[in-house]
Amino acid sequence: MTVDAALTQVMRNDFGRVLATLVRITGEFELAEDCVQDALIAAHQSWAERGIPDDPRAWVIRSARNRAIDIIRRRQRFREKARVIGELQELAPHPSSPEARMVELPDDRLRLLFTCCHPALRMDARVALTLRTVAGLTTDEIARAFFVERPTMAQRLVRAKRKITLAGIPYGVPDRSAVDERLSGVLAVLYLVFNEGYSPTEGEQTTRVDLAEEAIRLARIVVGLRPDHRECAGLLALMLMHHARRDARQVDGELVLLEHQDRGRWDRACIDEARPLVEAALRGGAGPYALQAAIAALHTTSASWEETDWPQIEALYRVLLTHQPSAVVALNHAVAVAMVHGPAAGLELLSGLETALSGHHLFHASRGELLRRCGRIEPARTAFVAALERVGTEPERRFLERALGRLDA
Amino acid sequence: MQYLALIYGAEGGPPPTKAEMQPWFDFGKKHGEVILAGEALLPTSTATSIRVRDGQELITDGPFAETQEALGGFYLLEARDLDHAIAIAKEIPAALYGTVEVRPIMALPQPE
Repeated sequence: MTVDAALTQVMRNDFGRVLATLVRITGEFELAEDCVQDALIAAHQSWAERGIPDDPRAWVIRSARNRAIDIIRRRQRFREKARVIGELQELAPHPSSPEARMVELPDDRLRLLFTCCHPALRMDARVALTLRTVAGLTTDEIARAFFVERPTMAQRLVRAKRKITLAGIPYGVPDRSAVDERLSGVLAVLYLVFNEGYSPTEGEQTTRVDLAEEAIRLARIVVGLRPDHRECAGLLALMLMHHARRDARQVDGELVLLEHQDRGRWDRACIDEARPLVEAALRGGAGPYALQAAIAALHTTSASWEETDWPQIEALYRVLLTHQPSAVVALNHAVAVAMVHGPAAGLELLSGLETALSGHHLFHASRGELLRRCGRIEPARTAFVAALERVGTEPERRFLERALGRLDA
Repeated sequence: MQYLALIYGAEGGPPPTKAEMQPWFDFGKKHGEVILAGEALLPTSTATSIRVRDGQELITDGPFAETQEALGGFYLLEARDLDHAIAIAKEIPAALYGTVEVRPIMALPQPE
């Protein structure tokens, strides 16, 4: 293994863990991050000269800890100096056996996640901070993922960390009265990360697997820590059910709709992991993520497009609408209604969404498709053209151009 | 009568030095008898706004920005951390119809 590969592995698997532990002991976010950063830089130098140690992770933990002890020792006045140094010295890096990893302070990472997803931070800052500190992505990677310049992203991260320190955003799992509300904020951040991975708003790709996988990885951690929480399970299941279709969704750079996807290319392992989660999430009153996961599950477990259980999907969307009365959910509901009761019924529902969704290409594309099915070719053409004017990604643009071309066939 | 004197000004720049604080110390000394409390605030970038509507707490990053409403009062709170401050702020009755902005107090150099 090269030094870079070993470091990347430590970053991906252990950055959040090490950082979380240092934040817990020192109570200082920026100090902890500087120490982990310094340890990684030191590792790069030392490993290139002296070879990669047997346990790279333990090396980084030890180095970060020593750096923290150094800094705190040098401080003039620090009320808790003795306690912090004592705790840091006791922080013996565990051998990285699988068992050790399992028992090793999972709560530290959960605390860090709650800090990064605190509602007193802007949503874009929460997403960036979570990817940086809990998932261990570099500032460059996050900047690329969200199509912003590196300095902009760096600035966003610095501001967020400064606010955490100055405003006194606590490092911890909120108490019982607030934990569920805050947990839903954490899930919202993970859902946003996944969505940007699953359907990017710009660019050549229809799926950015890396971001989607990060979101799944983090959701697994949350589910592992709160296995009893139905919406956590629901969100993870939802992500997995969509992720399972990633290879069939874009073939040779072209977008393939669910209807025409090769179901043999769906990832069975993902679906098998998601299935029991959906069941658990639906038990006793389903929330929005569980409902969406159930809808995705009906698609993903259907043998073919024709055999899809549309009446049940339509019913689930109807329940989802009571939780989330958003225009986008209503659009999906209208499409399901069209599958059960015919395109005219779907079009009627769509007409009520025009004001809310006229800027959204999916609204016009869905409308075009339903008009086509009604045999109203000219209005369908107008709708597809409207969709083309609003589309963001290249594969979706080409898809709409093909749909438009087929109207003349 | 009691009055609240509100201090507005441009933000940014390094924290004041002891020398820069001297006019403030002098002011405090001169009017110590009538000053009941006074603090400096950290910049608006550290602010958090809290509203409660239909029993739901709405927490947002940043200062209060509506122009239709105006500052109507204040409490100086001693809280463990931001969550503690938010928990108290959302029980201020005005949170049900207005906005409560929570801003940390700045630590300043003290006079000798």
